[in-house]
Amino acid sequence: MTTLTTGASQAGMPELLPGDVRMLLTGNYAVSYGAMRARPQVVPIYPITPQTPIAEKISDLQLAGEFDVDLMTAESEHSAMSACITASLTGVRVFTATASQGLMLMHEMLHYASGAMTPIVMVNVNRTIGSPWGFWPDQTDSLAQRDTGWIQLYTENGQESLDTVIQAFRIAEQLLVPAMVIHEAFYISHALEPVVVPAQERVDEYLPPFAPQHRLDPEIGESWGNVVNQDMFYRHRKRLGEAMARVPETAIAADTEYEALMGRGYGILERYRMEGAEIAVVAFGAMCGTARVAVDRLREAGVSVGLLKIKLFRPFPIEQVRAAVAGVPKLVVMERNFSPGVGGVLHQELKAALYGMADPPQVHGYLAGVGGVNVSARKIEELVGKAMTEEPVAESVWQR
Amino acid sequence: MEPFHAEPNYIIEEAPVFSSGHNACPGCGEALAVRYVLNSMGPKTVAVIPPSCIAIISGPQPYSSMRIPVYQTTLEASAASAAGIRRALVRQGKDDVNVLVIAGDGGTYDIGFQALSGAAERNEDMVYVCLDNEGYMNTGAQKSSSTPYLAYTTSTPGGKPNDKKDIAEIMAAHRVPYVATATVGYPEDLARKVAKAKEMRGLRFIVVLTPCLDGWGVPDDGAVRVSRLAVQTGFFPLYEVEEGERYAINVGPTPGWPVERYLETQRRYRHLTADQVAAIQAHVDHKWSLLHARAKVECVPMFQGAEI
Repeated sequence: MTTLTTGASQAGMPELLPGDVRMLLTGNYAVSYGAMRARPQVVPIYPITPQTPIAEKISDLQLAGEFDVDLMTAESEHSAMSACITASLTGVRVFTATASQGLMLMHEMLHYASGAMTPIVMVNVNRTIGSPWGFWPDQTDSLAQRDTGWIQLYTENGQESLDTVIQAFRIAEQLLVPAMVIHEAFYISHALEPVVVPAQERVDEYLPPFAPQHRLDPEIGESWGNVVNQDMFYRHRKRLGEAMARVPETAIAADTEYEALMGRGYGILERYRMEGAEIAVVAFGAMCGTARVAVDRLREAGVSVGLLKIKLFRPFPIEQVRAAVAGVPKLVVMERNFSPGVGGVLHQELKAALYGMADPPQVHGYLAGVGGVNVSARKIEELVGKAMTEEPVAESVWQR
Repeated sequence: MEPFHAEPNYIIEEAPVFSSGHNACPGCGEALAVRYVLNSMGPKTVAVIPPSCIAIISGPQPYSSMRIPVYQTTLEASAASAAGIRRALVRQGKDDVNVLVIAGDGGTYDIGFQALSGAAERNEDMVYVCLDNEGYMNTGAQKSSSTPYLAYTTSTPGGKPNDKKDIAEIMAAHRVPYVATATVGYPEDLARKVAKAKEMRGLRFIVVLTPCLDGWGVPDDGAVRVSRLAVQTGFFPLYEVEEGERYAINVGPTPGWPVERYLETQRRYRHLTADQVAAIQAHVDHKWSLLHARAKVECVPMFQGAEI
């Protein structure tokens, strides 16, 4: 299974297959094109910086007649998510996008969505949560939703965001679990890169129409949401847990098939230059791109260092992560999030995943990019060097 | 602008959507309202119900008193939830299915108002019925923004210091296709309004005054009598507004009937002094004159309330 989790190299320009189009797109526009290719029928959405270009591009594509969709301009994120849930329950494919405070306002309905087994796909653009106000890349907003029963997939660039939106529908609809695709403010959302928009026919082949057996329909008569007893609630949560437990294998299969059709795959995590590594950087999101540069430089200087990129964060793929770090003596987590009283969320989750593992790696946790402060390749090189000479402490450590 | 009036001899046509054996309190005014709303909407309907007495009446899993799909949503989300259903139905070509919200006053006047106002602005295609028992009765009779001036609730034990929100006027100001007031003591009027709303498109809003026996302090057999007195004393006039401007008053007060006749039937008003009763009367008179002005007609009520 571990071989399947290793993504294809992201180096170089993605290949064009027949019908594909290469466009210069921001990460957010890439998301809009990915959503269009997935053919959602209803998109309830509310604007918030830095998500707005996603909604704007969908509106433009709809007006141009390229994207046949009902765009519902809700009066709040809470209402947008409320409408997502019922549209999905009524039997159509649903997409939305938000960020930061918007995701916070949705929190109640995120639980409702997973409880209702609605395979909504939502993109969240990571942005600091107030107060005070900020517009900076910080993953605390989505990580604060880790207990809501949503799949979380973190991406590193616009191409990966586009591809992951399409894959997320496949995973979500197979398991009836909603999925969040997450990329960071500005580093990804507003950065222009060449992106391959895959041919519609191939996406249609990959993603059949959503046709749920259970839905709100007077011809069927089924209802959802009324009061249940303790035993029913217990069984319902257990079922949700069982569906979550199937996410890693389902996501790997979805990615493998996607790669076969589209020529690009990512895995649910990626081992980059991990051969014989004495230490590995562990990161997710845009920081992985910078870490690749740092790893390359350190390798040139003779340091045995690799990168473990976590793409699937929820559910946390314990088995695959353990296999990926087996034999690596030290891990150093670079965080762009902060949970007061805990520290870095990835640091915490990683330690929990490795607890009880035979001969586990030491784990250093560095709060390096909190609040969107820049974490350069040089900084990562410096922190790797620091971790190599120190014993780890239990807490995450502030590092600028 | 022709004023229009209720058909005094309207014959209620009921489809058997609402069942007996539901979980309402014996004598509950709201159960009557649910009956006429659901049975007038008919079986090709999907209902959205937020937390409320209506959710209790609807029934716990695996039971249902309603022979239609019911989606129970969160307290603030009814109108947005209904919008999602409608938009999905349209995408599926199912244009003959009604989307109905039945929410309480807390879920409408208070926490659900933002979603309702947004849906009204977008003119989402649904019938939104607010069963208004003037407080959070399902949680033990706390004050809502629908609780009337000086009424006792468990969170206003000295009487509510502020007036009730005028939700019908607020919704009419959104210029939605249809706004109506109704109450369970006038079932023909209620059923006619639901049937009329059902045939229209866009956001249609009906607020139904539904006495809560326990929350208001009314005897088990008193819901219909108190409901009629609310109309007969001018406390809750029955009227309709189309497109925010075409008003029609259906049932107004019985001349010479003071509001005290309504107030004295309910435990929640028993602390009132004579001055307070007079203040409420002045308020009712003023609001009635405002409604006349908006309706731009000399009001000739069609049903003169008969004392039950």
